[in-house]
Amino acid sequence: MIDSALLLAISAMATCLFAALLSPCIGRFPALQRLSVSLLLAASGALAMAAGLFGLNDSEAVMTLPIGLPWLPMHLHLDALSAFFMLTIGILLLPVGIYSVGYLKEIVAKNGSIQQMGLFLPLFALGMQGVVLADDAYTFMVFWEIMSLASYFLVTFEHENEATRKAGFLYLLMAHLAGLLILGAFSVLYAAAGDFSFVAMRNAELSPGMATAAFLLAAFGFGMKAGVVPLHVWLPDAHSAAPSNVSALMSGIMLKVAIFGFMRLIWDLVGMHEFAWWWGALVLAAGSSSAITGILMALQQHDLKRLLAYSSVENVGIILIGIGMAMTFAASGHPLIAVLGMIAALYHTINHALFKGMLFMGAGAVMHATGSRDMESMGGLIHRMPATAVFVLIACISISGLPPFNGFVSEWLTFQTALLTPHLENTLLAALIPFSASMLALAGALAAACFVKLFGIVFQGQARSTAAAQAHEVDGWMKAGMAIPALFCLLLGVLPTLFIPLIESVPQMLIHASLAGSVQPENWLWLTPVSADRASYAAPMMLFGMLILAALIYWRLHGRGKRILRSAVWSCGHAPLNPRMQYTSTSYSQPLKRIFSGAYLPEVHEGTRYGVHPLVVHSVVYAVHIGDLFYRRLYLPVGRITQAIADRLAHEHERGMHAYLAYIFSTILLLLLWVVQ
Amino acid sequence: MDDVMLQEAISVAASLMLLISFALLAQHRLLSVLHWFAAQGVVLALTTLLVAVISGHYELYFSALMTLLLKGALLPWLLWRIIRKMHVHREVEPLVNMPVTMLIALTLVLICFYVALPIERMSQLVTHNTLAIAMATVFLGMLMMITRKKAITQVIGFLSIENALFFTAVGATHGMPMIVELGVAFDVLIAAIIFGLFFTHMRNTFDSLDLDVIQEKSKR
Repeated sequence: MIDSALLLAISAMATCLFAALLSPCIGRFPALQRLSVSLLLAASGALAMAAGLFGLNDSEAVMTLPIGLPWLPMHLHLDALSAFFMLTIGILLLPVGIYSVGYLKEIVAKNGSIQQMGLFLPLFALGMQGVVLADDAYTFMVFWEIMSLASYFLVTFEHENEATRKAGFLYLLMAHLAGLLILGAFSVLYAAAGDFSFVAMRNAELSPGMATAAFLLAAFGFGMKAGVVPLHVWLPDAHSAAPSNVSALMSGIMLKVAIFGFMRLIWDLVGMHEFAWWWGALVLAAGSSSAITGILMALQQHDLKRLLAYSSVENVGIILIGIGMAMTFAASGHPLIAVLGMIAALYHTINHALFKGMLFMGAGAVMHATGSRDMESMGGLIHRMPATAVFVLIACISISGLPPFNGFVSEWLTFQTALLTPHLENTLLAALIPFSASMLALAGALAAACFVKLFGIVFQGQARSTAAAQAHEVDGWMKAGMAIPALFCLLLGVLPTLFIPLIESVPQMLIHASLAGSVQPENWLWLTPVSADRASYAAPMMLFGMLILAALIYWRLHGRGKRILRSAVWSCGHAPLNPRMQYTSTSYSQPLKRIFSGAYLPEVHEGTRYGVHPLVVHSVVYAVHIGDLFYRRLYLPVGRITQAIADRLAHEHERGMHAYLAYIFSTILLLLLWVVQ
Repeated sequence: MDDVMLQEAISVAASLMLLISFALLAQHRLLSVLHWFAAQGVVLALTTLLVAVISGHYELYFSALMTLLLKGALLPWLLWRIIRKMHVHREVEPLVNMPVTMLIALTLVLICFYVALPIERMSQLVTHNTLAIAMATVFLGMLMMITRKKAITQVIGFLSIENALFFTAVGATHGMPMIVELGVAFDVLIAAIIFGLFFTHMRNTFDSLDLDVIQEKSKR
């Protein structure tokens, strides 16, 4: 049986496939190529959105495609979980497709061709949609690899640049390692089920040891792809090396597909009844450390896209905190609270797709206008790019978790879940969750600081370079691409009461419990996740109140013919500043660098160069470098140890002929002795 | 009666083989190594002759004659010629000193007897306890290849392994089929000639037949 939702989903995939096949054929006409590929992507996004919306309402549907291995056709399946993630994919693919029409024009102008992008961008989208729809391990892995490899070629789009090639290699390496671990997790399930199909795996009985093995493999495999600390090192490099529309998709959706994979494998295939108590704690710990590390690192970046990439690490951490709490509560027999945690996580998933996609698109627009990724060379762009500035501002407010936008709703729900901790019997967990929640609160505050910095340094003040001073607004396609997620951010922020019942079918499927009774769809004004006397949030009223307040302030400042005084930007009424006297991105985050110096371990390089005489100072150098803590303290030592072992082995290889003879000799002797045994 | 005779004779030959292997390891001078190698060939030929007489396999006479000519005379002569022509240093240069080599060799012999134990128990053949000795001789040849520096001593070690294998074949199964034996003999001859060629080339290229020197030079 095929229902309309699955049909829509498959046509979304078919559209991507068509775009990928069409693109090389029309490579001689770059204008036509970029227009058709981008618009087909947008169409695929719209179809995926529709499939997701229908799928969340409908019952499940399955389909077997007549392709694949001879004895193993590809199974596709649309249930609530995949429908939700189809919706997430579609909701960002649509605007990014529209945005790409304008963005790719720049790339064509710069590179002369978009052959590589035209082929791999649709394949990348196809891979992500396929992973979400897969209904057997084989189909899942095939689409997973399509996704990984296509994104590798997109990351290395500007392969003339050596840093890009390095980032691409690191990404490819980690993606393959992740693929291997995921394959391991599926093999464990296959050993239990005896079949590749998810139906069989779902029904298989797992011993506790096998379940734990599957959980650990899946957690590390998907965690690597999702960029969970300490497996995140590929992420900042790859996201900043990729073209902006690709970064938007990678950060906005690909990380979510990894979250999807984890939920599919652990919640759906392994199942809630197999959960050990510490699984949720592990996910929670990983989520908290990602949230705090990600935002701390983001604060110290002055490369716009690296900042956004580290912020993605933080947001994945927030999602994982929600999932971890859901797992903990589910394992300890509180399904209702688990449902709340999962809804918070899912809500944040779609939110992050929206605002991070929008921020990367905004970064692309800014980079296109100023030709640089370095925030220190921007400033004052609000005057020259007003539309982009508004969209980025909306995204910044959303990601900082401030009402009336969507980020507030999901973080508020996460906190509401955390506040229900006293229901837990296990004291260790009961202590861990408030700890995570306080980490989350700290991360939220730091995120606000981080995005104040982003918006302030990039869009406000005075231009720090001539390129920034001569910047111009982007074209209508790119503006439209950013406007759509901005609209969704507002809608999801104002109408959570309409959206939560829709996504509630996911926890209904996975936890078999529902919040019905606490979230009333008929009561569209008030969001009351637990009970009305405990906590409630009326987003429309909040928006209304904010509008009234804004009107009052405007009236107070500008009403009744008050004279408006204008003076130099950021000079506080004193004599005008020049651009070099303003706050820079580094100086803005300097106090936090001082406070958290234990986590940053800054490397200070100071030195004085003297001229002809020791009293004549030629120049003074002061540089502070902050690298990724985990890269320095975990990856480099592991790399060094591996290198040392390899060197020792290589040295053994270099021994003379006598040593080789001795190896043969002792091998024969040992084998003989072993045979006699 | 014949069986007892055969057994005793082959046992004597086997112990001689083992003794000569130890003697090969214990020599300090290259020429005396060569002498003992020739002696090993002669003992091998005698063993073959004994087996031929007692078992009555006529082709073994031919085999014995060939062994005597090839391993007792021709190969030692070829090697002697190489040593003389190339002015190889007359000392054997060991990597491991003599007493330690001897101790290792002793341990190897013990291990071989231990390893051969289950096979001897199963074996129906009259020559069963020669197997352990033959195996020990193979290992001693290998030990010689490992612990000596010169290429020429390694070739002698290799050839003495071949001797040991031949001895095993003769002792355990009354010789291989004629055609196989001919083939092996021919192979060994060709191998000796090729070794000779190699020595010449090594000498021309590296100015030495010492493997360590060759390795050092080839690294550069």
